[in-house]
Amino acid sequence: MSDRDLVVLGVGMHPWGKWGRDFTEYGMVAARAALKDAGIEWKDVEYVAGADTIRNGYPGFIAGSTFAQKLGWNGASISSNYAACASGAHSLQAARASILAGFCDVAMVIGADTTPKGFFAPVGGERKTDPDWLRFHLLGATNPVYFAMFARRRMDLYGATSEDFARVKVKNSRHGLNNPYARFRKENAIEDVLNSPIVSDPLRLLDICATSDGAAAMIVTSRAYAEKKLGSLNGVPRIRAVSTVTPTYPQTILELPDFATDSTAVVSPPARGFKDSLCWAAYEEAGMSPSDMNMAEVYDLSTALELDWYEHLGLCAPGEAEGLLRSGATAIGGRVPVNPSGGLSCFGEAIPAQAIAQVCELTWQLRGQAQGRQVEGAKAGITANQGLFGNGSSVIVSV
Amino acid sequence: MSVSAAGGVTRVPAVEGWYTLDHEPHLIGCRCAVCGTYVFPPRSGACPNPNCDSEELVSTPLSRVGTVWSYTENQYAPPAPYRAAEPFEPYALAAVQLEKEGIIVLGQVPRGIMAADLKVGMPMQLETDVLYREVVDGVDTEFMVYVWAPAGPTAAESIGGRS
Repeated sequence: MSDRDLVVLGVGMHPWGKWGRDFTEYGMVAARAALKDAGIEWKDVEYVAGADTIRNGYPGFIAGSTFAQKLGWNGASISSNYAACASGAHSLQAARASILAGFCDVAMVIGADTTPKGFFAPVGGERKTDPDWLRFHLLGATNPVYFAMFARRRMDLYGATSEDFARVKVKNSRHGLNNPYARFRKENAIEDVLNSPIVSDPLRLLDICATSDGAAAMIVTSRAYAEKKLGSLNGVPRIRAVSTVTPTYPQTILELPDFATDSTAVVSPPARGFKDSLCWAAYEEAGMSPSDMNMAEVYDLSTALELDWYEHLGLCAPGEAEGLLRSGATAIGGRVPVNPSGGLSCFGEAIPAQAIAQVCELTWQLRGQAQGRQVEGAKAGITANQGLFGNGSSVIVSV
Repeated sequence: MSVSAAGGVTRVPAVEGWYTLDHEPHLIGCRCAVCGTYVFPPRSGACPNPNCDSEELVSTPLSRVGTVWSYTENQYAPPAPYRAAEPFEPYALAAVQLEKEGIIVLGQVPRGIMAADLKVGMPMQLETDVLYREVVDGVDTEFMVYVWAPAGPTAAESIGGRS
């Protein structure tokens, strides 16, 4: 194993749902579960990387210290990280940098959220220079509007159908049925999706992920610390790569919350678009390729976006995702199951926790502990995640 | 900028400096004085091209016509700060690619033109429409926004007749 690998010693989650309680309550459950899973004490943690939530006041902006204080000040160093939907992965990157720099050996990565009902709306007040505020004010461009743009392109360019999108939901609803942390545990048929109301054409209610309360945490350590504690690292999941690259100019895909793309008038588009580059930066760091992956946890903000990820991850060529889905390759039992956890489809999005939850799922899968949704014999998996303002992440975990 | 419309209604842009309200409206973007790249929405300060250290973005009108990159239709009223009419009427949005500028701009589509009327690659033209109406300091005021409307044959020709 590489000296740059991080060991995932413990993971923990609070179930996803919609209770409206203080987000720190969820986070504490996840933190205690991760510590127990790792077999260490809170006082052993030297660094806390908190993923921020911007909808829960000051404690949400300083998540690292909020959880450090809630667990009882132990003198640990902290960081609080905001990167929209990628906040959890950016927190992992902060913890990783601290460990690889030799500043510490044991870190907690944690994110928790309490979400409002309905569409995500911008932070309050009249802010006519904030594109996130203006996109709602001038256009009514909700998040599903952007998701729908990608879905409609798949239909017009590749011949995707509403049934194809529904099949993603059907697959993920089966995957999440037995996941104790999933919020929605109900099997959906194609007709259920097609009979649900259209939100942003062509996407229907069941094509779009909900917003949820939830929390995830993990304990990551240096290789030396884990070897000392465990003896052997055989079969212990390791973080092989964490990619948090930003787009390369010109960004030619219309992304949340922008009114316009960059211009290609003077500079040609990069060979790899933003979401491709997120995934490939991870492959390159790990020295692995798409064919090495036994599973993927991707950000299915909508069913159609899951199909886009198959292509960004290199699981198939552009335009072939519907075929890959229909072949069964991305269902549990197939060549490369995607979202064995049930994905956002079954969880709903708890922003700061979500990218961490993806790594928790890969960890349980690689340990053979994903009861009722196990990808048999999995040795490696990748996550893919994207948020507003050029934030995103991809993490590779293997045993 | 305000324009008097018929019936004593005053028309003002819902956001200042992004588009004109004349007979043939256009978006107002910026062009870098050094490297020539384009920016929308308009802004001042640094050129976004990482190979260019210019601090001078010059206001410039953008092409009125382009082609559909993608589109959708809102079936539910968006939350505030969108000011949805009551009762809410579904409306379409389109992201339109401007060939000369090499950018894609998201906008609303005029009321009554729905997603079923649109297609990727279709020619579109910039117009303006009422976003909301409100009495401001005793003046009946229409707040205008730019919209992408399906282009007539003349406009389609000027973007190379692509469909």
